[in-house]
Amino acid sequence: MTATQSFYHTPAPPHLTGMKAWLLTHDHKRLGLMYLGAIFFWFVLAMFLGLLLRTELMSQGKTIMDAATYNATFTLHGVIMIFLFVIPGIPAIFGNFFLPIQLGTDDVFFPRLNLFSWYLFMFGGLFAIISLFVGDGFPDTGWTFYVPFSVQNSANVGLTVTAAFILGMSSMLTGLNFVTTFHRMRDKSMGLMQIPLFAWSLYATAWVQILATPVISITFVLIVLERFFHIGLFDPDKGGDPLLYQHLFWMYSHPAVYVMIIPGMGVISEIIPIFSRKSIFGYKAIVWSSMAIAIAGSLVWAHHMFTSGMSDVSVFVFSLLTYLVAIPSAVKVFSWVSTMYKGSIEMTPPLLLALIFIFLFSIGGLTGLVLGAAGTNIHVHDTQFVVAHFHFVMFGGTGFAFFAALHFWWPKMFGIMYRFKPAYIGASLTGIGFMFHYVPMLILGLEGMPRRYYDYLPQYETGNFLAGFGGYLLIIGMVTMFVNLLLSFKQRMPAPVDPWGGTTLEWTVPSPPPVHNFLHKPQIADFPYDFTGVTEQLLQRGGEGPLP
Amino acid sequence: MDNTEKPHVLSFTQLGMVLGILLVLTAVTVGVSYVHLGFLNIPIALTIASTKVTFVLLFFMHLKYEGRIINISFLSTVGVLVILIGFTFWDVAYR
Repeated sequence: MTATQSFYHTPAPPHLTGMKAWLLTHDHKRLGLMYLGAIFFWFVLAMFLGLLLRTELMSQGKTIMDAATYNATFTLHGVIMIFLFVIPGIPAIFGNFFLPIQLGTDDVFFPRLNLFSWYLFMFGGLFAIISLFVGDGFPDTGWTFYVPFSVQNSANVGLTVTAAFILGMSSMLTGLNFVTTFHRMRDKSMGLMQIPLFAWSLYATAWVQILATPVISITFVLIVLERFFHIGLFDPDKGGDPLLYQHLFWMYSHPAVYVMIIPGMGVISEIIPIFSRKSIFGYKAIVWSSMAIAIAGSLVWAHHMFTSGMSDVSVFVFSLLTYLVAIPSAVKVFSWVSTMYKGSIEMTPPLLLALIFIFLFSIGGLTGLVLGAAGTNIHVHDTQFVVAHFHFVMFGGTGFAFFAALHFWWPKMFGIMYRFKPAYIGASLTGIGFMFHYVPMLILGLEGMPRRYYDYLPQYETGNFLAGFGGYLLIIGMVTMFVNLLLSFKQRMPAPVDPWGGTTLEWTVPSPPPVHNFLHKPQIADFPYDFTGVTEQLLQRGGEGPLP
Repeated sequence: MDNTEKPHVLSFTQLGMVLGILLVLTAVTVGVSYVHLGFLNIPIALTIASTKVTFVLLFFMHLKYEGRIINISFLSTVGVLVILIGFTFWDVAYR
């Protein structure tokens, strides 16, 4: 099997060579890696901006930047993180690489459209960079672009929302490709209840991408129209409604939170059973909870608007609906924990990262209940509490799922193993740094410190200093993880076909896979998480676990 | 996996008939706009527009001949749109 040429050595289309073999490729695996390169660049940049923000806040008054720069920096941090890392991260990289393989096919349904989506992603990023250097610079509106500020201020809002518009189109087309691939390209013998949970999570996400993204695209167009033609859609003096903007914005941006988290949940659902050597608990419940989160999550957008002047009836209804989303989310967490119960747990870096995910995501979910209840929301609305909650879910959740996916599928994508010890140290430091960084922010928020403020009262200094300290620890941990992964290219410890003892189809193909993924017709298991054979093989090997 | 759908080509006569219906309904929309019917003007205009959209979707976009998955997919997008608009209007109504 190892004699087979990998996709790195087989361009698709075959006549292409050199850089063209990458830049014009139709191969979903190459595109996944191209996304990895681009998204990693944006992630590092946004991380650096975040660190600058927290450094500024470590002491009162001006520390390293002025107030206007601070406003533009947190906007840039938010825009890059949301639109260029968290939303595309897992689906574009790991979805592109592994969805067709998990479904037993050789590519996505629209390979050229897939390449086009990548170019849209790159152009969107380019527009965001250009908006930094032309006109009056990057907007200081925050990533939410709320009116009337975004319509009235002189910064480059038009260009930045154009960038977000293009990125939205890329995301939507990727979603369309995934839904079509899921229905049309799946192996004929693979029934719905034989599909791996990561593929299911991508499917649920793709529907939200298709249905919700046009709303934000239209909203961005409206901002541009307002800025240039002063139509008055959001201006009460002209018969407009300022709350309409918030409705439109959150109609996409709240479901987008689930675009960000559901694929991460899919990753965790793959990792937990493998390293527990036990069938996933509640497979059907997890499938349905993914779909339920996608549906219910699209009906709760106005919980971001409890203090905006919205009607009391809407506040009540949206608060109630918000609580409904907690149910399928909890179903997943309970299923993961139940899977581990009485399992034969084998600690590896992906599992450690998955466990940190469960812990941090649970805190994110529980703090979300504080915000979902209209009464307590009013107390902590627009405070540091919200920032901490959001980061617990998006960074503690999606971010750690991303790290877990990277460590889990790294051997398959590159055909090499990495060292475990530095990965454990990096993951632990990142987790500890995360807690130091965000727990003080939860407390600061409860004490009343608002979000997006450049300066603060003396009583908030200790908390902000601690958060800054945690930020540095967090960065050290992540650098350790990434350097360890990059060093694996130098160490070149070859990865076997199935280093972890996995049961889904990607663990049956060579590492890295050949261009058409499968050397033989894939054998579809009756149930994708049946570990009977794996356990027997491990016993024959004397219970040896993963290599390094 | 649903591979049961078959390609379907509509004849020019059928397409021409649908085009004719759409043109007639456009004329009706314009005509009705000149008649004062009070609050009914908007519901009538919306009903005619929805009928036209239905014809376009069924025949020009071939929904009539598609399988279950495509139809469910389409209806779900309509459902989402109704919810998004409905919930927003609801807020305005109770404000």
